[in-house]
Amino acid sequence: MIVRISDDAVAIACGADAVAAAFLAAGVAVERVSSWGMQWLEPLVDIDGVGYGPVSVDQVPDIINGKAPSLGRIEDIPFIAKQSRLTFARAGKTRPLSLDDYYASEGWLGLAKAREMGTQATIDTVMTSGLRGRGGAGFPAGIKWQTVARADADQKYIVCNADEGDSATFADRMVMEGDPFMLIEGMAIAGYAVGASKGYVYIRSEYPHAIAKLEAAIKLSAHLVAPFIVEVRVGAGAYVCGEETSLLNSLEGKRGEVRAKPPLPALEGLFGKPTIVNNVLTLAAVPWIMTHGGDAYAAYGAGRSKGTMPIQIAGNVKHGGLYEVAFGITLGELVNDIGGGTASGRPVRCVQVGGPLGAYIPPTQFDLPLDYEAFAAADALVGHAGISVFDDSVDMAQMARFAMEFCAVESCGKCTPCRLGSTRGVETLDQIIAGKNVEENLALIADLSETMKFGSLCALGGFTPYPVMSAIKHFPEDFR
Amino acid sequence: MVSIADILAEHKDREGPLLPILHDVQKAFGHVSEDAMREIASALNLTRAEVYGVVSFYHDFRKEAEARPVLKLCRAEACKARGVEALVPIADNQSRVKVEAIYCLGLCAVGPSAMVGDTVHARLDGAKFKTLLEAM
Repeated sequence: MIVRISDDAVAIACGADAVAAAFLAAGVAVERVSSWGMQWLEPLVDIDGVGYGPVSVDQVPDIINGKAPSLGRIEDIPFIAKQSRLTFARAGKTRPLSLDDYYASEGWLGLAKAREMGTQATIDTVMTSGLRGRGGAGFPAGIKWQTVARADADQKYIVCNADEGDSATFADRMVMEGDPFMLIEGMAIAGYAVGASKGYVYIRSEYPHAIAKLEAAIKLSAHLVAPFIVEVRVGAGAYVCGEETSLLNSLEGKRGEVRAKPPLPALEGLFGKPTIVNNVLTLAAVPWIMTHGGDAYAAYGAGRSKGTMPIQIAGNVKHGGLYEVAFGITLGELVNDIGGGTASGRPVRCVQVGGPLGAYIPPTQFDLPLDYEAFAAADALVGHAGISVFDDSVDMAQMARFAMEFCAVESCGKCTPCRLGSTRGVETLDQIIAGKNVEENLALIADLSETMKFGSLCALGGFTPYPVMSAIKHFPEDFR
Repeated sequence: MVSIADILAEHKDREGPLLPILHDVQKAFGHVSEDAMREIASALNLTRAEVYGVVSFYHDFRKEAEARPVLKLCRAEACKARGVEALVPIADNQSRVKVEAIYCLGLCAVGPSAMVGDTVHARLDGAKFKTLLEAM
């Protein structure tokens, strides 16, 4: 009997190490694998494909004796069975740092294919796939790659944005902790395609497990991606460094202040050199695209949102976790059918999609399909596709205030609307919450939001109005 | 005991070495002192103001050492939805542990969550949070 238990940060935070130790102490072999992404079941124990969870140490003897109730076959659990896992095809199945497991599951095929096809054909394949930047902006990856490929320079860089700071997002973390070779392979393909010899992964310091796994994986696979070199750089607790130009400044050893664009990073990026800055999920999607073809990837999705999106269902939800599916699925399906409603059992009041800069969306709009254009038309963001579910105990005035407070704490200070606007926003919302001149102050907030939206240099100040104004629009009763 | 000079030597061939240097100094000494900033600035041919600007920009770097043990409690939206704000009074009612707000540990469907050093904790409730604080 081999017991498989994840060593992902969620599993560990929920007690997986103690459960694994209990199996080992009982003489049972344990393999530490990546996480299936069903957070409510962690620590999840997998014995020959049959699942048990969430498991506590005192249940271990019963599981060994076959007396414990099981969840049935893990692959048949509806949360898993209904997904289209392309990027997360290995989740739950492989040991993150096993090159053997990676080879045995289509590992390195994408890189081999790219090297065989040549650089332009590789870029064309990414173009055909319709892959768009998964960090939030949704910019076509192929066009960015083409721009860097055409730029003439002695040195180019691939920068992987792993500064996953949005609340309710953990897909990047799961890739780095669960399938780090896939990310390295994606970066190596990008480096080969555009002629970049060096890649940096900028990981937030809040992710120590991801940092350790990726550093180990880089050492193990250095000979396979050579002459391309990958290096991890650790952030230092600044949310704004998830913005690509402030990330580049941070990599250069400067304050993580936003740069004005143009020049585009594709032409003048890291150390002034042409640079691809792509999110973890964007680069991680590339090996599958190269292996199976651009058309196969583009066959998934809806409209101009091609392929699959690893959606993260989180917050007050019964069945939270990683749900990779083709674009076009509705919010209602995600929250109610798949997520099972709230963990507290109370009615869902709203969801926030796209992290701290994303809009709050009420259940009346749950027919909204997950699609970059459809969300934009509804004044909302797909962002990094994290969904925070809230029950009816939430005070939306407090959430609007928090959005401004968060912006004030994390603002880099470079532009005035964000630096000052966020602080004035907190003060004005405090007045509203205290019941002082409510109508006048709400008008002020609307005006301030306009200024921040159109006057800020980057998405931090520019998108903070989304949660604030959507809260006021959809839940006016919480402000009066 | 590591010295600033050792740390500087280790990173001298890297591109953009300042953040890796500051991380190592913070880890070795628990803070980045005025003297350390001076030495780093001199070695990297930067002004002290430039180094100070970077140290003060990032939440991870402290200019003075924290004597108390530190717990980082996630207070971002997903953890708020799962009740982290109810734990805040427990943190406020003690002073032995320094409880700092952090915005997201990526454990967003099993919150409220916290981190002590590199150790992560999830599914905290009042009782578990108290136990965790007392054990520090």
